[in-house]
Amino acid sequence: MAKIPCDVGTGATIIGRMKVGFFITCLVDLMRPRIGLAAIRLIESAGFEVEVPMAQTCCGQPAYNSGDRATAQALARKLLDEFERYDYVVMPSGSCGGMVRTHYHELLADDPELSYRYARLQPKVYELTQFLVEVAGVTDVPGRYDGEVTYHDSCAGLRELGIKQQPRALLQHTGAKLKEMAQCEQCCGFGGTFSVKYGDISAAIADEKCEHIAASGTGAVVLGDLGCMLHLEGRLRRRGDTTTRVIHIAEILAGEA
Amino acid sequence: MQVQSMHFKARAGERLADQRLQKNLKKLSTKFVTARAQVVQELEEFEAIRNEAVRRRKAALAKLDVWLERFEREATRRGATVLWAETPAEAAQLVVEIARKHEVRRATKTKSMVSEEMALNKALEAAGVQVTETDLGEYILQINDGEPPSHIIAPVVHKDKEEIYQLFIRTHQLPREPGRVPEIPEMTREARQVLRSRFLASEMGITGGNFLVAETGSVALVTNEGNEGLCTAVPRVHVAITGVEKVLPTLEDLATIMRLLPRSATGQVISNYFSLLTGPRGAGERDGPEHMYFILVDGGRTGLLGGDFEEMLRCIRCGACMNHCPVYQKIGGHSYGWVYPGPMGSVLTSSYVGLEQTLDLPQAATMCGQCHVVCPMKIPLPDLLRKLRERQFERGLRPWPERLGLRVWGYVAQRPALYRTLARLGVRVLRWMSDDGRIRRLPLASGWTDTRDLPAPAGKTFKELYAERRR
Repeated sequence: MAKIPCDVGTGATIIGRMKVGFFITCLVDLMRPRIGLAAIRLIESAGFEVEVPMAQTCCGQPAYNSGDRATAQALARKLLDEFERYDYVVMPSGSCGGMVRTHYHELLADDPELSYRYARLQPKVYELTQFLVEVAGVTDVPGRYDGEVTYHDSCAGLRELGIKQQPRALLQHTGAKLKEMAQCEQCCGFGGTFSVKYGDISAAIADEKCEHIAASGTGAVVLGDLGCMLHLEGRLRRRGDTTTRVIHIAEILAGEA
Repeated sequence: MQVQSMHFKARAGERLADQRLQKNLKKLSTKFVTARAQVVQELEEFEAIRNEAVRRRKAALAKLDVWLERFEREATRRGATVLWAETPAEAAQLVVEIARKHEVRRATKTKSMVSEEMALNKALEAAGVQVTETDLGEYILQINDGEPPSHIIAPVVHKDKEEIYQLFIRTHQLPREPGRVPEIPEMTREARQVLRSRFLASEMGITGGNFLVAETGSVALVTNEGNEGLCTAVPRVHVAITGVEKVLPTLEDLATIMRLLPRSATGQVISNYFSLLTGPRGAGERDGPEHMYFILVDGGRTGLLGGDFEEMLRCIRCGACMNHCPVYQKIGGHSYGWVYPGPMGSVLTSSYVGLEQTLDLPQAATMCGQCHVVCPMKIPLPDLLRKLRERQFERGLRPWPERLGLRVWGYVAQRPALYRTLARLGVRVLRWMSDDGRIRRLPLASGWTDTRDLPAPAGKTFKELYAERRR
């Protein structure tokens, strides 16, 4: 059952380009596949080879946050099996990134073998913008954007992974003019299953964010997580705002916004 | 206090619809959040103090029994009486007995959340003791038929000036200029006049205790109004009530933590008043009570020691977690249904009154993590909430459709071929249901679509598109 974790750094890697295992995330797979393709283009254009293990499903966060530890553990193990052979694991989400990079440790702590394997995987896991800035060191991106945008810091990316400057630095390369909104670090109210269990509270929190986005006067909000994205876009439209654009960071960087 | 946490959803819904409350709750983010950010930024060593305070608090809790016994010895040696209560109800009974013993008919009281656990005012009134809340916020709630506080340090944050003035008109029989609502300082003066006679007539002062100091047997009281001074200097009897977890070994511990408390709570560098009280009036001393009692309440606290939720005992009741909580900011404290609201309250209520009565509390959080960021004691509140969710799941306390849904989803997510097939099917159905790029109503997911559109999926999954691209 245990794959030898040491096939990282074998011949192919040394001679060829570093290999990135791309974790699609379940929401990108289902709702916005373009974002996944855009992210892959960005990683490739930064000089990495990308592979997408097709058996992947979900990082397990919905189970973890719902208290179903056994399912979360099973999915963590599955991800470990599928991704430990890569030089890097990259995902277009701070939420999934936070789950894999900061919560798996506690989740797998009871199993010494899995803990050992995870300890080797953990430092290779990156959220997309973090990877592009900290690992790839990109100084340019394919996308160009002529206009103003504001940026929403997603909670897990910001507080679990420390993602703050990376997306802003990358945005600069597109020519987009960043105008910060008030309280850009405040939660948008999505919160995973919270958004369905307490839809009215969730929407009321989103309203604050919608108002801050509107007050920024940019007409476009860029962010790095599908959950916040669907939630905010859904609330904006329901409020009758049909023009404010909600753009994933991968789309704007890849020139697809 | 009676637990109402099972009505969380309905109560939160009412509060969301209350426009006036929504406006009042904005004070939290504009006042406390901004002020805290400012003072934390100004104190370069804030993080270092925080680490040190956490270390000291952990050390105190690691030998809680030792420090409590030391406290009892030192307080007793200085003439105070230390009493122990296993439950809040027992604690209330002890206060009633003290009042009887000293023939007390009128008492004044400072703000104390433990006294809310005890439903102390009701117990005293039933025993024929007139008790007056002297914290302005608590006084306002008391004259509103004993309304419970909605915040642990700003109990009346949910009310505006006009609402409070209406209560003053109803309660204080004073001549009024019709149609004019006075400014806040004028209203404060009015309350002060009313309270002054109560202070002077008081035979027993009841206070909480922000901290106990073991090495001196003292109680530390933090206020912004100075009412704790009058409550403890004038009456014959002083009763300080607090939870057993509040004991600190030394004055140095107290000094360290006091650098964090006002900053985290209200964004003040230091509170307006601070009292450190040790023993009753001594021979030759001119003021202070003749009798001093401590009532140390367990109320479920020691049950947390050595378990998954022990870290919660570090809490110093600053309220920063609720001030910064996006959920609390929208629904206010009353929705939570017991004494303590917000993130810390969701953990404490579930722990102290039982998970069966608090099905919503661990769930009603976005897990945004801001409470953990601002907690001066670095309590990992989101992790504790998640652990409570795990307990709910293990004990089958969540509703069956949720458990079934989770089970089905978990089964599918572990079977890639099945997952892929269902995903392909699912996105097509959703696409078919959409109109103009959005889905306005979705059976089984009305929790989402009642308040938001669901942006339509692209119609093909990423895996499909990726496979096509590689072909």
